[in-house]
Amino acid sequence: MTRSTSNATSTLSLTDLPGPDVPVRRLCHPWRWISGGAVILLLAVIGRAFAVGQIQWPVVGEFLTAGVIITGFGWTLLISACALALGVILGFAFGIMRLSENPILRFAAWLYVWIFRGTPVLLQLLIWFNIALVFPRLYIPGLVDERMVDVVTPFVAAVLGLGVNEGSYLTEVVRGGISSVDRGQKEAAHTLGMTPGQTMRRIMLPQTLRLILPVLGNSAIGMLKFSSLAATIAMGEMLNAAQRIYFINGAVIELLFVCAAWYLAGTTVLSIGQYYLERHFGRDAAVAADRSWFKGRARRAAAVREA
Amino acid sequence: MSLAVKAVGIRKSFGHHEVLKNLDLEVAYGEVLCILGPSGSGKSTFLRCINHLETPNGGYVWVDGAIMGYALHRGALQELPVKRLRAQQSQLGMVFQHFNLFAHLTVLGNVIEGPMVVRGLRRAEAEARAMDLLEQVGMAAKASSYPSQLSGGQKQRVAIARALAMEPRVMLFDEPTSALDPELVGEVLEVMRNLARGGTTMIVVTHEIGFAREVADRVVVMIDGEIRETGAPEQVLSNPGDPRVRTFLSRVLA
Repeated sequence: MTRSTSNATSTLSLTDLPGPDVPVRRLCHPWRWISGGAVILLLAVIGRAFAVGQIQWPVVGEFLTAGVIITGFGWTLLISACALALGVILGFAFGIMRLSENPILRFAAWLYVWIFRGTPVLLQLLIWFNIALVFPRLYIPGLVDERMVDVVTPFVAAVLGLGVNEGSYLTEVVRGGISSVDRGQKEAAHTLGMTPGQTMRRIMLPQTLRLILPVLGNSAIGMLKFSSLAATIAMGEMLNAAQRIYFINGAVIELLFVCAAWYLAGTTVLSIGQYYLERHFGRDAAVAADRSWFKGRARRAAAVREA
Repeated sequence: MSLAVKAVGIRKSFGHHEVLKNLDLEVAYGEVLCILGPSGSGKSTFLRCINHLETPNGGYVWVDGAIMGYALHRGALQELPVKRLRAQQSQLGMVFQHFNLFAHLTVLGNVIEGPMVVRGLRRAEAEARAMDLLEQVGMAAKASSYPSQLSGGQKQRVAIARALAMEPRVMLFDEPTSALDPELVGEVLEVMRNLARGGTTMIVVTHEIGFAREVADRVVVMIDGEIRETGAPEQVLSNPGDPRVRTFLSRVLA
């Protein structure tokens, strides 16, 4: 407490104090009103610009539910889901290898992250798409013997490119997640006699999963958008479909807006899903947040019992 | 009395710092041994060496007919595969200073985890036995709570039940009450007292001199990685021969 404020209040004597029901007047915040007004104005200007701009809104509406676009969005979803699944599997596999006691496994995981996190994902997509130039035939004795161009279709190239790249990021996420689980958890599992594999599966990974769930949600949202890069390798996903349409009818912006609407719809659904997933898996964290309430009740109950 | 644990020439260093200097110790079945000593004297490290959470740099620990982590083969100690070491470790129940309850499992889940995963018990059987143990430590009512919902004393009582669920030959306690609020220490010591009365073999690293005096059959005082005094509690605590032990005890008893 500074001297000046105590001086300012010291003129109020006890006899002048108001009753307990004295009204309280809140501070008014003029800058909140001004900044809010400015933003509304700006939005109105942008909205008007688009309304009077050279956009044929009926065309947007017309193509929003066009069969080609819907099919394209279906491919977008399929590529994203497959690539994310591949990324998560690779992320966990290499993330666990990264913490292995075996230096060679550790090195292999490091190498994977170094290469695939260190080069642009668009470049990786192009390399997967053109992999037949390096390996004309895919030959695994007794299993596969086919021309590479038949195996690595645009879809396979897209899933491999996006999934392997995502896996390199998730490797680091999983490694960080496992390392941040308290060391005592592992020791407790060991003293119960659990093997390293059991400890990893039953004790470490469930707790890691909960820690990295927000990141996985971000990955899913990111993947939905990154899948648009597959348009460059002749994969007929949504952006590619839109491009093929506007090359013919010239309604460039209209079709790009159609895509934007669908991507936004997809990411919105994923964000909502992420919220519920985190709420479900964070159940003991949520209980911890309620703890003051819980403890208060527990203490009261205990007090009653003692009395 | 037959021997349960025999530690022979245990040495342990962290870097250049020598924490344990050639320690020998014998514990008989049914005995309660308390290890006392100032912080940093190596008593926790010694306990962790006994169940191989830390691998000793020298010496070995014999538990109930087998050497921890090794097989004696042609006059040499052959390191065992991890799986067999874990089987040996499960014969020693460990209670940690910071409880280390599995955060993602309920109280009941914590207690049945070892019996189900390691010993392959069926869930129903594991749960029935777990509830008995939780009853024994007074935590049956909280079986479906998560660790984050419990007080420190409650967590430690669950941790004791979890260790007992593996039916260990010996129970090891690593400063079980040091992380607790003072008013919660009593409930944990009460559970340990009951275990001791029931004949459980226990090695307890503790700062609770009162508990040692009352419950221990034998007390060991460690200073700077060495055992300086060992004997019956009244003898060691009231009339220690070693001057450094006397200094330590006068400080903690003051």
